[in-house]
Amino acid sequence: MAETSVFGQTRGMGELIDLDGKETDLAPFGNELAELGRERPEIVGLTADMGRYSDILPFRDAHPDRFFNVGMAEQNLVMAAAGLAKTGKIAYCTTYSVFVTRRAYDFVAIAGAHSKADVKIFAGMPGLTNGYGATHQATEDLNMMRGIADLTIIDPCDATELRQVVRAVADIPGTVYVRLLRGKVPIELPPDYRFVPGRAALLRDGTGVGVISTGYMTARALDAARASLSSGVDAGVLHVPTIKPFDTAAVVEFASRFDRIVVAENHKKTGGLASLVTEALYDAGVLRPMIRIGLDDGFFECGSQEYLEAKYGVDLPRVVRALVDGT
Amino acid sequence: MPATTTLPAPDVAALEDRAHALRRSMMEMTRGKGEGYIAQGLGIADCLAALYFHELRYDPARPDWPDRDRFLLSTGHYSIAMYAVLAEAGYLDPDELPTYGLNGSRLPMSTFDVTPGVEIVGGSLGHGLGQAVGMALGLRIDGRDSRVFCELSDGELDEGSTWEAAMGGATFGCDNLVALIDCNGIQADGPVTVAIEPVADKFTAFGWDTQEIDGNDMAALVAALEAARSRDGKPKAIVLRTTPGFGVPTLMGRPRAHFVRVGDDEWADFMAELEADRG
Repeated sequence: MAETSVFGQTRGMGELIDLDGKETDLAPFGNELAELGRERPEIVGLTADMGRYSDILPFRDAHPDRFFNVGMAEQNLVMAAAGLAKTGKIAYCTTYSVFVTRRAYDFVAIAGAHSKADVKIFAGMPGLTNGYGATHQATEDLNMMRGIADLTIIDPCDATELRQVVRAVADIPGTVYVRLLRGKVPIELPPDYRFVPGRAALLRDGTGVGVISTGYMTARALDAARASLSSGVDAGVLHVPTIKPFDTAAVVEFASRFDRIVVAENHKKTGGLASLVTEALYDAGVLRPMIRIGLDDGFFECGSQEYLEAKYGVDLPRVVRALVDGT
Repeated sequence: MPATTTLPAPDVAALEDRAHALRRSMMEMTRGKGEGYIAQGLGIADCLAALYFHELRYDPARPDWPDRDRFLLSTGHYSIAMYAVLAEAGYLDPDELPTYGLNGSRLPMSTFDVTPGVEIVGGSLGHGLGQAVGMALGLRIDGRDSRVFCELSDGELDEGSTWEAAMGGATFGCDNLVALIDCNGIQADGPVTVAIEPVADKFTAFGWDTQEIDGNDMAALVAALEAARSRDGKPKAIVLRTTPGFGVPTLMGRPRAHFVRVGDDEWADFMAELEADRG
């Protein structure tokens, strides 16, 4: 019999871990969208049989005449959203990240981005937030999507930011891809935090080592920075929620003030944030030792998020080690 | 009333004249370049003439008029036919047509939505019908009585996305949506290879009000379009049996008609055939 882990069991529905002692917000995406839909009648909602697991049901319940479940048909999800957009709607659509990226890529690129259609894709369970293995884990989605021109890509950190992103994307022209956090989403960022499309946010200043992170790994970075203080490390944290367009200037400025850099993302080490940071710094001639915290290439197994993060090296202790030991 | 070129009553002979004008225009567009998707264009000319000069509501001076009917050309490589009809309908200056397929032209070999009157980027097959479903839903939400017409082809039915859209159109009861399926029997590698028939039965089974006609018979086209005006809660499909190269007998007989190259010496003969066929 195979040895099992102490880290619980597989959970497939993308609820986050490390919530002990943290305030949470239940279904921030759907609740914010339902409210926004009251203010803006041009907003419509679609899902590809992932209404429950993408938290869009509050919008459906509030605006049933503006909601369409196309079934397990991600290509049609994007096509129908683009068609709605071309009649003046702002079409928010949801499914899992893996399905909209791997199955519907051509449609996102051409019917969406190329057509400058107001399609706002909220893609559930990015990275290791899904425990159902490689079929359900979007670990290369940033890499894929950044290759599409005229596409905005956002990886929010927490419920505070996600609610702001729901509103902001309505006014970002064209097609937007957002990595969606669902269920009980922790509140990690301060109340005065303001998401600005295309801009990175300095969340913590420091000396010596600076973390550049995106998505919920920014919460890990903040936790790790606090945990490292007792070891005499005062790490800075730059949060980069907008992956495309990339805030090159902020990243270069931040990195230039530190001796070494740690990049943390809920994604493979290649093609995502670490690659973007590397390109930006190399182009600018700001060369710093860098540790990339992310996933090595591979297909990943089923399991609890705790188990997977520990096994594949993206959990809190991994970030602390990078800050304190520099390894 | 906004400007419209829709005829008050079907005049089949006048529509046939329009179709002939489109064919002549397409032949002119291939002149000099010597190549293009002319066979498909000649085959779909009757359908486009019936749509633009009998059925569709539009105003060429206002391509973005919200109450226009939408025509989506899903097969972007049929662009030569699209530009011919857009010029005939007043969206384009006919003097621009000779730029078809040239570098920097607004009339590229495959359709882009930058051309006035072109609703979608149509080059990647399987993209049209789903967007048509979305447009039909959007118009319905707004309470507009505009309709959406989407051309697609039999070869394009290989694309699974088309069937996702077919299910969607029926599920959402889009009776303001008409699919025009150009069954010309050819695709890039030759004859249609996948067992796609019976096309009409498939659309019927998917919940569409379906008709099947000779797509080069103007009277049948007009009658089918009129029948498709019913708003009975179901989307409409018209299966068009067309002949590639219709109107130019030598082209009609070509076994490989997907992408035709026409030599300078042949061109005048083909033009003469077209005029003789009409005569």
